[in-house]
Amino acid sequence: MNADRHGVPIRLAGCGKTFRDGTRALEPLDLSIMAGETVVLLGPSGCGKTTTLRIIAGLENPDRGGRVFFGDEDVTDVPIEKRNVGMVFQSYALFPNLDVADNIAYGLKVRRIDPVVRAERVDAMLQMMHLGALRERRIDQLSGGQKQRVALARAIAVEPQVLLMDEPLTALDAKLREELRLEINALLRRLRITTLYVTHDQSEAMALGDRIVVMTHGQVAQIGRPRDIYFSPANAFVANFIGTLNRLEGCMENGMITVPGGRLRLPMAPRGAAAVSFRPEDVEIVDAISDEEGVLRGTVTGASFLGDRTRLLVEGVGAGTVVLETDTRREFHPGDPIRFRIAQQRLLVLDGEVPS
Amino acid sequence: MGTDVRRRPLFAMQLGFTLLVCAFMFVPIVLSIMAGFTSNYIRGISSGLTLRWIVEVWALYRDAIGLSLLIALACLAITLVVGVPTAYVLAKANHWSTRLIEELLVTPLAIPGLAIALGLIITYGALREFRTHWTFILVGHVLYTLPFMVRSVLAVLSSIDLRTLEEGAASLGASYWQRFFTIGLPNARSGIVAGALMVVTLSVGEFNITWMLHTPLNKTVPVGLADSYASMRLEIGSAYTTIFFLMIVPLLIAIQRLGKPRRRSVRATPAVSTR
Repeated sequence: MNADRHGVPIRLAGCGKTFRDGTRALEPLDLSIMAGETVVLLGPSGCGKTTTLRIIAGLENPDRGGRVFFGDEDVTDVPIEKRNVGMVFQSYALFPNLDVADNIAYGLKVRRIDPVVRAERVDAMLQMMHLGALRERRIDQLSGGQKQRVALARAIAVEPQVLLMDEPLTALDAKLREELRLEINALLRRLRITTLYVTHDQSEAMALGDRIVVMTHGQVAQIGRPRDIYFSPANAFVANFIGTLNRLEGCMENGMITVPGGRLRLPMAPRGAAAVSFRPEDVEIVDAISDEEGVLRGTVTGASFLGDRTRLLVEGVGAGTVVLETDTRREFHPGDPIRFRIAQQRLLVLDGEVPS
Repeated sequence: MGTDVRRRPLFAMQLGFTLLVCAFMFVPIVLSIMAGFTSNYIRGISSGLTLRWIVEVWALYRDAIGLSLLIALACLAITLVVGVPTAYVLAKANHWSTRLIEELLVTPLAIPGLAIALGLIITYGALREFRTHWTFILVGHVLYTLPFMVRSVLAVLSSIDLRTLEEGAASLGASYWQRFFTIGLPNARSGIVAGALMVVTLSVGEFNITWMLHTPLNKTVPVGLADSYASMRLEIGSAYTTIFFLMIVPLLIAIQRLGKPRRRSVRATPAVSTR
């Protein structure tokens, strides 16, 4: 099969979705996906990510005014069976009345592809997904990971212009999820089909997405590359959803914020800000006894040694417990005093952090 | 189980109870069939065995047997053509109105057969041609058996997340009818077979509605059976029972056979081993 085939660009224009019972699942959304790009929709359940995917698939119609474009073609009124999309479902949706090979061949059969070509394509798919030994198995004789491989093969076999994956790994156990994620990643890089991937798992999103769309309450919270979203979250929701975030509340005075554990310089903070956040790995443990500016004090309440780093739970810095990660080889015990510094540019002052 | 001494009395009791229940169910059937082969029922089996009664029943009620089979198969055909698509649509739709239809479909079960028949007579009784035609009985049978077909197919389709399967098929390019024939029907197979067995059994054995709707020229087996018990020798009625069995059992076996997934012809072995 053609390994460097490119998909089409996708564009959503003002696509909102209100369900018949009046629930607003999706606020009008504009989104452009480049040809061959993998975009991950990330958010908690009910954030509108699956609705967005289903609108692109053609399984839901957007509210009046919303348009869906594949390339230059307006496909809003084209039913799913004419859109040439490949879909992978969380529940696999494999046909129990057909065996593995016939599941993969299904899309080719309904398209009346020549049987010789069809058999070749099925063989290629079985080989690519390491399913050769299972070709005559019934679906109920497969493990979860095998089922999702078959589902993926079935979706790709028809050479879709768009690949849509709805939480494909959620039903699998952790180890298998990791394994299949790597496989999917390699596959997407190789095929370069335009891909939309829906998940609530941030590590999946980071690993697979060229770009991530973080969604909440039917709206986009932020769109960006995984790095941008992690290092420069647009607001508190995004920062909390992606990775761990510590938040310190305090009093703001003369460009300095005073928190229970010490004082931090915060020159660029907007007026009224009274909280500052930082990532666990953005700290530097210092052993100086000095109370110089920018050093925070606390007491270790828990330590887990992870090999390459140590994760510490520390009290007394802010109102609650903060999480720190350090690669220092020093050993910590509950009750130990600790001092640490946070580099100025790693401090985050986020929208939505007005004093509560 | 036999080695554990303490459990032996319990086992004996269970076995005894099972045999008792079996006897309760089978003895009347066996006796009835035996009676059909006995020369004189009052004098018992010692009077000798004979096929006379069977022959007599066949001569008297051949038409009824034919009609019963005709109605049962016609009824099956109609419930398949109407019931299966109905169940398919109901399984896919998710709306309060479909739940309502589902409930309404069961109401014929709650209404006594006599009442259904009476309703039909009041509605269509004036149409003489129809009233005296065998299809009048067929209508009653369809009304009575359709819910069983719909329910049986719906139960199977509801257990397999049909909607997602359909979405998968649609995403692969299958049109509505392709989905119905390649995904809906094959996955409903076990429900269709169960429903078909039910419909045929119920139709062949139906008495209440049929008794009200029949005319002297249109009799089915159960109505004829009641007639012969009422007006003829007991041996005739018993022979009738035997014929009833001979008729229904092969029919049910045939349906079950037809419903089994066909053994796939051996596929050509894959040209290349992938690993």
